[in-house]
Amino acid sequence: MSESELPDDNQLTLEQALINLQCEDLGLRIYAAWWLGRFRVKDSRAIALLINALADEADRTDAGGYPLRRNAARALGKLGDRSAVSALIRSLDCEDFYVREAAAQSLEMLGDIACVPKLLEMLNTPITSEVSGLESEQPFDAILEALGTLGAVETIPQILPFLEHPIPRVKYAAARAMYQLSSDPETAAQYGNILINALSNNDLQLRRTVLSDLGAIGYLGAAEAISNTMAENSLKLISLKGVLEKQIPLATPPDLTAGAVRVMALMDDLL
Amino acid sequence: MSLSQLIQAVEEADSSRRLLEAVQNLANARLEGAIPTLIEALSYNNPGAAVAAVDGLILLGDPAVPALLELLDMHNYTARSWAIRALAGIGDPRGLVTLLGVATADFAFSVRRAAVKGLGLMKWHWFPDELREIAQEEALEALLFVAHQDDEWVVRYAAVVGLQALAMTIADTYPHWRSEIQSQLEQMANKEQTLAVRARVWLALKNIQHNIQPEAHTSINLEESEAKKSPLTPDDWQDILNKLYEIKSQERAENLEEGDPRRFQKLAAAIGKDQP
Repeated sequence: MSESELPDDNQLTLEQALINLQCEDLGLRIYAAWWLGRFRVKDSRAIALLINALADEADRTDAGGYPLRRNAARALGKLGDRSAVSALIRSLDCEDFYVREAAAQSLEMLGDIACVPKLLEMLNTPITSEVSGLESEQPFDAILEALGTLGAVETIPQILPFLEHPIPRVKYAAARAMYQLSSDPETAAQYGNILINALSNNDLQLRRTVLSDLGAIGYLGAAEAISNTMAENSLKLISLKGVLEKQIPLATPPDLTAGAVRVMALMDDLL
Repeated sequence: MSLSQLIQAVEEADSSRRLLEAVQNLANARLEGAIPTLIEALSYNNPGAAVAAVDGLILLGDPAVPALLELLDMHNYTARSWAIRALAGIGDPRGLVTLLGVATADFAFSVRRAAVKGLGLMKWHWFPDELREIAQEEALEALLFVAHQDDEWVVRYAAVVGLQALAMTIADTYPHWRSEIQSQLEQMANKEQTLAVRARVWLALKNIQHNIQPEAHTSINLEESEAKKSPLTPDDWQDILNKLYEIKSQERAENLEEGDPRRFQKLAAAIGKDQP
């Protein structure tokens, strides 16, 4: 089990990061953008500079990617400032797949439904048949997850076809969104159970993704299946943490639901 | 399948899936002869196999401890961290000093997390009375420190689990420690940032209040071994005592706190005599 542990890399200061973000050295700029997000530096000057960085043209890879824009888009989601919403929506048109993916994820985090029409439009990009199953032309999983989290029930008809998508990651993102968008618990459970079944998939990377999906939606019915998944205990604990935290508001502290107590017994065993 | 067939299957496995299955089969057989091969599996760089080997070693319990301690002296960090998890799961007192060191200082949170839980679920009933008090005090201090200070939510969560277990164990003998644990937990109930950890604190407080034992599988192992007498020799206890003494005198040198190391010398003599 290789559990990546982030170094507590606090050597930058806010002032230095602001300077680096505007300097000539592209490496320093990328790092500063990452750093501001990683340490949740909620400063209005930083946010303005990151929004500017979304339109950066200086930093391009040979393949045409925009590394600085990607980091800026990711950081803006973590900083929780909705003034970034319209710039992030514009980034959904960026020709770099990973910029679009990061923008969709950050818009999901910012929780502003203004991006729903644009996300829906991206879903309608025709699905080409994936012979090799390598990659889709849009970051469909990020888009579907955002629609689910944003509670965009009106997009259900457009989400449903994705339950049959050839790329498993995308298919499970659709199930995750449908779980969140279904108001009836039994219907929601049906979609949650699609994710439970995916936990026995042969592909470890996919099992990890589904663990994180189940944690994000906090589906209590999956608790035992999560703890039995063949994956790292650390990831199972994070997933169960998500399930547990969804249970907390259902009781008045320090009271706990029976479900919460059940989840904690599973977590205790995984430590 | 015989032990040698099971071991052969591990040695001949030619894919990570087969290796995992072979190690699982070997672990499930619960045979002491499997210990060297299970230990070996901790350094294979195959997480699935390592998990299975750790589970197998925990099931085998104290006979696996000397080999695990030996592994800790080596430099393969991954194998070390798996060995610490096995030691924590077994709860054998010979692992105590290692767990104390690791719980507060290891750089990998997954290792700190396991060590911290292991400190709470140590096989305290094996300890000679006099040594138990010193050991429990060290464990208590380490757990309180981690619950308060660790940056990782999961390590603080594990510390709460450990504190709950320790509070149950010492409730009758050291009521003042029990209150100390409770007041730390009450503080965390207000200040802890991570909701999941706070919820575990509420549960721990309730369990301590009603004296409900935790339902972790580790405690089932504990019950199984309850009837069994400690396999530790007087030399083992002497060794544990010496190491605890070292910790104490270091602490003393650092902050001149309470705790007279001289009482350890008397204890050392007493333990040597009392143990079978």
